[in-house]
Amino acid sequence: MKAHLTRRYRFSSSHRLHSADLSPEENLATYGKCNNPHGHGHNYTLEVTVSGPVDPATGMVCNLVDLDGFVDREVLSRYHLENLNTLQEFTHHVPTTENLSVEIFEILQRGFQKAHLERVGIEETMMNSFEYAGTAEPRK
Amino acid sequence: MVYLTRKAEFSASHYYHNPAFTPEENRRIFGKCNNPNGHGHNYTLEVTVKGEVDPQSGFVVDLKQLKEIMHREVLDAMDHRFLNKEVPEFFTQIPTTENLAIAIWQRLESKLQQARLHRVRVYETPDLFVDFFGEE
Repeated sequence: MKAHLTRRYRFSSSHRLHSADLSPEENLATYGKCNNPHGHGHNYTLEVTVSGPVDPATGMVCNLVDLDGFVDREVLSRYHLENLNTLQEFTHHVPTTENLSVEIFEILQRGFQKAHLERVGIEETMMNSFEYAGTAEPRK
Repeated sequence: MVYLTRKAEFSASHYYHNPAFTPEENRRIFGKCNNPNGHGHNYTLEVTVKGEVDPQSGFVVDLKQLKEIMHREVLDAMDHRFLNKEVPEFFTQIPTTENLAIAIWQRLESKLQQARLHRVRVYETPDLFVDFFGEE
């Protein structure tokens, strides 16, 4: 029988929202306080949902040790206590939480084989949350 | 179609062990959860039902009935219990959150009268939950 399992993780990072395609005035108008050149930070909460048949031998969709190990190694250690703008994936993409959701979804989709990835959710603050469930085509 | 969710909390203990595995396999696969003395959680249960709004009552479901069914079928059986030893489903199945969500679905599904069961969500901790939507 198929079940969905969701695990929540936390990480803290800084970022600045600024697009090279926009003028300084347009950047300020678009991103407001988030355009501050010195950056600012958030405590992010990440939700990872995987699905699959419940293994009758273990009662599990996947072993949490495997999921936690992967997320810790490939996601949290990459983003926790870092400035997102300094990372390769945000050289050409603005590190909005939309784009961060897509990046983390793709990291999991590429590397985590123990269960089917359903979705990634990120709470940037208690007031803002984002979800990404993938597309048929990988992003260019 | 309108969806309604009712929450409840219960506290129970459990441990993970498969008698078909060797003691070493049990320890390797289940880690600290294999301790036969058990350990406990404060579970949060969310039961979501769906249906059309009854034009007479304005309800998808009579909440009092739903609450009574959840109490009778789930909380009375599981709250302050050792799941492996006191809940029949877990005499043979491992009481993981996955199996708990499935067992709660099976206990509730046939008892609902007005609305249909849509989802059972069981939080083992605030950072881990399982959703079951029935057999597909």
